[in-house]
Amino acid sequence: MSAVIEGHHDDHHHGPAKGISRWLFTTNHKDIGSLYLWFSFIMLFIGGAMAMVIRAELFEPGSQIVSPEFYNQMVTNHGLIMVFGVIMPAFVGFANWLVPMQIGAPDMALPRLNNLSFWILPAAFGVLISTFFMEGGAPNFGWTFYAPLSTEYAPPTVTYFIFAVHIMGASSIMGSINVITTILNMRAPGMTLMKMPLFVWTWLITAYLLIAVMPVLAGAVTMMLMDIHFGTSFFKAGGGGDPVLFQHVFWFFGHPEVYIMILPAFGIVSHIIETFSRKPIFGYESMVYAIASIALLSFVVWAHHMFTVGMPIAGELFFMYSTMLIAIPTGVKVFNWLSTMFKGSLTFETPMLFAIAFVALFTIGGLSGIMLAIAPADFQYHDTYFVVAHFHYVLVPGALFSIIAGVYYWLPKWTGYMYDEFMGKTHFWLSFVSVNLTFFPMHFVGLAGMPRRIPDYAMQFADYNMIVSVGAFLFGLSQLLFLYVVLKAIFYGKKATGQVWEGAKGLEWTLDSPPAYHTFETPPNLESGEAKA
Amino acid sequence: MSSESSYYVPDSSKLPIFMAFGLLLFVLGAGGTINDLGKESSNSYLLLMASFAVIWGVMFVWFSNVISENNQKLYSDQLNRSFVHGMAWFIFSEVMFFFAFFLALGYVRLFAVPWLGGDGEKGITNILWPAFESAWPVMETPDNENFPGAHHNMNIPGITKLHTWLPFWNTLCLVTSSGTIALAESALKKGNRTSFKSWMVVTISLGFIFVFLQGLEYYEAYAHMGLTLGAGIYGTTFFLLTGFHGFHVCLGAIILTIMTLRGFNGAFSEHDHFGLAAGSWYWHFVDVVWILLVLVVYVF
Repeated sequence: MSAVIEGHHDDHHHGPAKGISRWLFTTNHKDIGSLYLWFSFIMLFIGGAMAMVIRAELFEPGSQIVSPEFYNQMVTNHGLIMVFGVIMPAFVGFANWLVPMQIGAPDMALPRLNNLSFWILPAAFGVLISTFFMEGGAPNFGWTFYAPLSTEYAPPTVTYFIFAVHIMGASSIMGSINVITTILNMRAPGMTLMKMPLFVWTWLITAYLLIAVMPVLAGAVTMMLMDIHFGTSFFKAGGGGDPVLFQHVFWFFGHPEVYIMILPAFGIVSHIIETFSRKPIFGYESMVYAIASIALLSFVVWAHHMFTVGMPIAGELFFMYSTMLIAIPTGVKVFNWLSTMFKGSLTFETPMLFAIAFVALFTIGGLSGIMLAIAPADFQYHDTYFVVAHFHYVLVPGALFSIIAGVYYWLPKWTGYMYDEFMGKTHFWLSFVSVNLTFFPMHFVGLAGMPRRIPDYAMQFADYNMIVSVGAFLFGLSQLLFLYVVLKAIFYGKKATGQVWEGAKGLEWTLDSPPAYHTFETPPNLESGEAKA
Repeated sequence: MSSESSYYVPDSSKLPIFMAFGLLLFVLGAGGTINDLGKESSNSYLLLMASFAVIWGVMFVWFSNVISENNQKLYSDQLNRSFVHGMAWFIFSEVMFFFAFFLALGYVRLFAVPWLGGDGEKGITNILWPAFESAWPVMETPDNENFPGAHHNMNIPGITKLHTWLPFWNTLCLVTSSGTIALAESALKKGNRTSFKSWMVVTISLGFIFVFLQGLEYYEAYAHMGLTLGAGIYGTTFFLLTGFHGFHVCLGAIILTIMTLRGFNGAFSEHDHFGLAAGSWYWHFVDVVWILLVLVVYVF
């Protein structure tokens, strides 16, 4: 407490505290950004290990390695960890590092709240993972935790799961309030909204989505808690409720949530493509409007996840058409990325390779999304591996590739050291090949009718599943290489310049690499210069 | 560093991680306590109590720090605007929390219950309980043996009997208190501290009367009307909507009580009273939610 009161005169000028207390008590956006990114990296390996268990079980038909009960726990926790523990924290880590530097602010608007937002996550995931060792085992009802699987038929650990989701949501809401306040209130003079770098724009809208839908998730788990322990009938038809109500409430959160996991990726990829094309982004304004349209549309498409549960035909049609509308702003973005590269002076460093792979492979995920949006066709695709292929294409070579690309792109800025370009490219090609090996065949087995979330399958799917598993193991191993590349850069990398990349524009590149512990204590004046990244 | 142009970035602080620890204790304590409900021996509630102690303790110290930093004139106008943004977005998140429950009520009333009664083009949904007839409030549930419906509901009894209807008095309390807190704020802005303090006392008194009346209503519901959490979907939505609202009224009343005590202690000036202003916005927010709630839970 005393540190807070007495530390106000010179804390801006000295560096970080020594030892572990730097990380535990920090209020510095760069430290907290690093914490988020490392947390997400660790969780990537935990969630990835679960995926390896799943793929090992599915390597051959029949029951191989784990019991069906444990398989369900793996599927559930793989999903929960990858969504809430990897993709989201990684993007928050990027936001922490980059938003203040890109808008010329000294730090996040509410630095202590920022630290709290981070430290809730290890608590929440610690509890979630500890449920594996409790009576009844970990949650086993899928990451979407549909009632009544998650209520009447749930293991007793569901109560811990519910409260863990509650504090996780609190963390997201506080983090988003911080981001949105920083962006709206802390921009350097001259940094008007339409001059903001696209990554900042994507996070402004993402933060808005998070504040709008995380409380709805809190509502959903609260209803579960009441139904399980206090006798209410939200999801019990016998009392006049409806299990389908759970799906509506969940997907009202869930669909904006999937855009929360992709919008910051759009921002990262936009920066990388313009840097390595040595051209400003094509259609900046249309990019901003496209992001905003995607965000607004995301509130009126949720029931496309539920075409087969029973809905009036008018509902099916409404959600089908509104979902297809999303293809328009998304198409605008893909068009703009391609136009940015068109006639640019392209070079293909590792971040650019990942960014181009993002554009190509995310588009595949988007196109299978349009197939799934067609309600009558979805009756065939629903709950098959086609859906698994679809959302893994948008999340792995989509969101995750953008995160990896962003790490390669900004790592020299963050650490002051270059990564090994050859190793980076090796990592890229291994990841690119193995990710397609893993997820592309899933389209075929899905269209042929292989159901998702089942630990066994018909003989006819055996060959493809073996290919998928081999691809998955290779992809898992490739990410160990990523860890190696990052560590090698930090410990043995060559010194990076402040500019790092020839074509990079934006305030963060005007700083040293690594930037001083506190940057932009006096806001840069942008009225004269070019601020748009 | 207190000049207008610089933004105060606090030095590293132990408070956030203690708060995170408090929340960890809360998850373990609340999860354990609820899982052990009805069991003979359980001491998870101790963990829950400890978590409340940690959380409230940290909040106390944290807010004290913020107040003392403000009194040391460390905060620029820009930083004060951050607080305004922060509070506004926090209230928006609360709005969305209530939205989830309003959404549930709307879905149940417009779709789920009519479908259970056999409505809708699919028309097959009342095969399970053919005797069930859809009506709102649902006094007789589809499976009335396992989910016995209430004998009476809380709906408005008609204009002539308005004075016997507790929600009427509740509405009166809350709407009036929204006015009195506005009066308190404007008195403070004019520098009339006596009037400020009196209106604050009136406001929190009305707040606590609301909570008391709500408690009375719950007692009536449980004791005389068969209206419980287990009374099917009507009891479910009734208690969850009014309950979460009541919980927020309690929070608001606690916030305003603290603000009043600080006011008696000489805190706040004509131009610098963000704590009070934020509390007052929160109070207006619970008032607006209540008006919506009266309309969809009690009247229509």
